[in-house]
Amino acid sequence: MLPTPSTSHVSFDNIYEPAEDSFLLLDTLSSAPETAFLHSRFPPSAPPPLVLEVGTGSGVVLAFVASNASSILGRRDILALGTDINSFACRASSTTIRTAIADPRTSKPGHFLNVINADLTSLIRPGSVDVLIFNPPYVPTPDLPDLVTHEKYNALPLGTKSTTFEQDSHLLALSYAGGADGMEITNKLLAQLPEILHPARGVAYILLCAQNKPNDVKEYIVSWGKSWAVETVGFSGKKAGWEKLQILRIWRIAPSG
Amino acid sequence: MKLLTLNFLTCARKACKATNAAFPLHPKDAELEIVEVELSPLFVRNILPRVEWEALRTLCQDLGLPQLPATAPEPGELFTPNPSDGVEGEGIEEVGEEGEPTQTLKDLHHVLLETTIREGKLVCGSCGHEYAVKEGIANFLLPSHLV
Repeated sequence: MLPTPSTSHVSFDNIYEPAEDSFLLLDTLSSAPETAFLHSRFPPSAPPPLVLEVGTGSGVVLAFVASNASSILGRRDILALGTDINSFACRASSTTIRTAIADPRTSKPGHFLNVINADLTSLIRPGSVDVLIFNPPYVPTPDLPDLVTHEKYNALPLGTKSTTFEQDSHLLALSYAGGADGMEITNKLLAQLPEILHPARGVAYILLCAQNKPNDVKEYIVSWGKSWAVETVGFSGKKAGWEKLQILRIWRIAPSG
Repeated sequence: MKLLTLNFLTCARKACKATNAAFPLHPKDAELEIVEVELSPLFVRNILPRVEWEALRTLCQDLGLPQLPATAPEPGELFTPNPSDGVEGEGIEEVGEEGEPTQTLKDLHHVLLETTIREGKLVCGSCGHEYAVKEGIANFLLPSHLV
């Protein structure tokens, strides 16, 4: 068992608290099949991989990958970069990642760059991401949070030291509310993958719940053509034959083996 | 925000992403902070091919840092072949047969990983939009009329 990063400093009033979905990502990324896949995809001869987590929240997932880089990716020279739309989450996850890397239980961690306050991958240079991780807002909801109010809610109210209840509700909603089928944000991210993933090495891990219709998502990826592959590589909450949560691995494949 | 991070970022506006002028973003009114990072010589060597050298030179120029050479250093300029005289502790294991890290390598480590923008702005060379950096966190959220 690889150590799970501490998030005891994180305020869960307005930042998503690590839950079953987060832990499924940790388990899947550190599973024998996935570490074998990642080790062979990023051999020591390949340049240092850039690992981008979109929506870091508490930072537990990116901190786990960064601090256990040698086990998960087979090398230390990885770059961990994060984005989150919630500025409070950016600060908290930066602390989580820095703390995990400095933890004396951690041997040979990777390198942490920054967590940036941004909308999905809008700011990422095309073709630069080697490994993308996304635990989306996947809960089906009638509406998405109103982004017009986001600027106001994204910082402490002027002259105060604490957030308001409405502000916390807005920020938390951004972490779970997925609109129709819980897929509105995930669909935006999927549409960005071909541009930002590295043209040869790029791979994405995306978590879905049953209401997201994972089979439809897989068919959509298949429709991108022969240079893409998709597979379910982790699932949890198995009840009466259906999986509540699953993780898709979406990756580029070389034209001729 | 580390200077190495800027190697992977561009303007968040769709119309700018495809233009060369949107990379690198240009720091403005930047307040720098040096945050010490343990030297990992092999990391610096390995990351160098991923660094857009011209862009890094531009960044250093924008920030008033010492000018970098016109071309990226060759791998041979990063180590002095002197394995028995390697650095202490874990360094020996890390350096292995490469020898001792040169000042060139240490300078690169300092620029890429230890030099951070604490406060200031990042300006897109294409549309002129300014992204704020506060307490080391860059804000790339666009007002809704620019998305």
